[in-house]
Amino acid sequence: MHHGSNLNVSFAALADPTRRALLSRLAHGEATVMELARPFEMTQPAISQHLKVLEEAGLIVQRVDGARRPRRLAKTGIDAMDQWLAMLRNALEKNYDRLDEVLAAMEPGQETKPNKEMKSNTKMEPTRKGKKP
Amino acid sequence: MNPMTMMKMTLKTEGDTHIVVTRHFAASPEAVYRAHTDPKLIQQWLLGPEGWTMPVCINDARPGGKFRYEWTNAKGAGFHITGEFVELQPPSKIVHIERMHLPDPTPDNHVETRFDSDGTGTLMTMRMTLPDAQTRAAMLATGMERGMEASYVRLESML
Repeated sequence: MHHGSNLNVSFAALADPTRRALLSRLAHGEATVMELARPFEMTQPAISQHLKVLEEAGLIVQRVDGARRPRRLAKTGIDAMDQWLAMLRNALEKNYDRLDEVLAAMEPGQETKPNKEMKSNTKMEPTRKGKKP
Repeated sequence: MNPMTMMKMTLKTEGDTHIVVTRHFAASPEAVYRAHTDPKLIQQWLLGPEGWTMPVCINDARPGGKFRYEWTNAKGAGFHITGEFVELQPPSKIVHIERMHLPDPTPDNHVETRFDSDGTGTLMTMRMTLPDAQTRAAMLATGMERGMEASYVRLESML
């Protein structure tokens, strides 16, 4: 998939709980490294390292404000992940909606014997199972 | 029965390496089990997003048996999954291992699928176990027909 590799990096960045917490904090608005480090029992360099991973994953951006380098969420990166997850969920739901139809065509008793009345509006071949050599 | 609530799928991460999907079906465990093991039936529903078909569905549903599912779309894109069955307990349980080829194989995904009679049909519970958190994260980005969701990614505080 065309977004695959970028999203791969993005999701990998989220495998770490500190980075998820940093994103949650940034969801409330931009913040500097010092502000972000405060609630964590971590050094600023450690926080900076996590921020670098998030930045490379396209999930946050920084801007220059005099001597400050506040970070904020990168909307496009977050949106891409959200869209991807929605697609995945949608793909699974479509699978199971189709399975509902397959099951409706099988029932009742089709799991043990062919249903002769089955119509050909599905691709199933209901009589074959019983005639298999 | 209210189909809207009965049929609703749940999908969540568990711990660092698991993904759990549940779904109710208005059919017996025997029927749902068969739809998960009979290639002719699998080809009708295990297709992911619109536009994809599964021209190859080879499936030797017995312990140690191998399977291979190949998908393609109208644009000529394609990928495939190979795997092995570990345990089959008709009609209640399937344990298998699978990997996606993109074309390099992804780390093995260990999948246990249960079909439990729940009074009005079958409750399916599919539990995937990935080798580590990194793999699960990567799978979130590249998985397709076995798509999944990490609730943490929704970034609850963004709501």
